[in-house]
Amino acid sequence: MRFGVVVFPGSNNDHDCYRVVEDVLEEPVEYIWHQDSDVEGFDALILPGGFSYGDYLRTGAIARFSPVVESVKRFADGGGLVLGICNGFQILLEIGLLPGAMLRNQSLKFVCQYVNLRVENNETPFTNQCVNGEVLRVPIAHNEGAYFADQTTLEALRANQQVVFSYCDDAGRVVEEANPNGALENIAGIVNDRGNVLGMMPHPERCSEEMLGSLDGLKIFRSMLAAAKAPATP
Amino acid sequence: MLSALPTAKVYVTLKKGVLDPQGLTVQNALEALGYDVQEVRMGKYLELTLADRPREELEADVAEMCEKLLSNPVIEDFRFNIEP
Repeated sequence: MRFGVVVFPGSNNDHDCYRVVEDVLEEPVEYIWHQDSDVEGFDALILPGGFSYGDYLRTGAIARFSPVVESVKRFADGGGLVLGICNGFQILLEIGLLPGAMLRNQSLKFVCQYVNLRVENNETPFTNQCVNGEVLRVPIAHNEGAYFADQTTLEALRANQQVVFSYCDDAGRVVEEANPNGALENIAGIVNDRGNVLGMMPHPERCSEEMLGSLDGLKIFRSMLAAAKAPATP
Repeated sequence: MLSALPTAKVYVTLKKGVLDPQGLTVQNALEALGYDVQEVRMGKYLELTLADRPREELEADVAEMCEKLLSNPVIEDFRFNIEP
C-alpha cells in the first residue's frame, strides 16, 4: 500500500507520519510537495499536522489554494483514502472535503496532552481494527480544535454515523469534563458521507510505537492497511 | 496629480450563535473596569489597497475575495466598503 504525505510550508508532523508508515507499517511512502499536482499511484494520502502558512487568516485557509489541493480533491472523489490530522483536518474543512469549521479553543489556550477517544463507528476504513465504544489514548496539540457545525450539518453527521471519534473520560463516557477544547458535542474526528476521508484533531502518528507511550494510534494506520487489502468498505 | 487609490475596508465577524471566547474575555475585562457592556464580539479588519478601476468591478472583486478566502461562510460573515 503506497502512502503519500502532503507537505505544506509549515507542516511539521510530516516526518512523524512518514516514519510510522515506513518504519512501523513497513509500507512504501513518499512526500508530496504542495506545489506538485500529481498524486497518481498512491493508495492513501495523509495531510499532516503543523501550521501551514503560519495559520495566518484562519487555520488551513491559505493551504486551500495550494496546487496539490485540487489533486487531493480528485483523489478523494475517486474513493482514495485521505487522512487529515490536526492542521490536516483543518485543511480538509477549509477545502470542503469535510463539513463544518474549526474555532479557537474555548479556553483560549493551546492544549497539548493525552486525551481519551471513544470509537463511535468502526465501520470505516480508518477504524476497522477498533471496537465500537473502545477508548483510545491519543495526544492532542492545538489552539484551534473546537469543531463547529450548524444544526443541519450536525444532524446529517449523526444520521450517517460520520462522527468517528468523541472526546471521553477514562470510562468511555462522552461528558463535558472530557472535552479539551469546546468542540461541539465532544467531536474529535469525522468522516465524509462516503467514508473515505477522515479528519481528526488528535495525533495517531505520535502514539504508534511502544517507546512513545501508546500504540493506540497504530490501529488507525493498520485499519487503512486492512481496508486497502480488502476493499469492500461501505 | 495622482488621486488616492481606492481602499476596501473589510470586516469579518463571527456569525450569530458561534461562540466567541475572546469576545467574552474582553467583555469580562471591561466589566471588571466598571463599564456596562452587554456583549463583545471580536472580528477581523482588513484594508485592501486596490487598483483604480470602476467601482462596480471593485465591489464584485472584493465580494469574491471575501467569499473565496477572507471569510469562512460556515462560521463568519463579512461586509466591506470601498473608499474614497
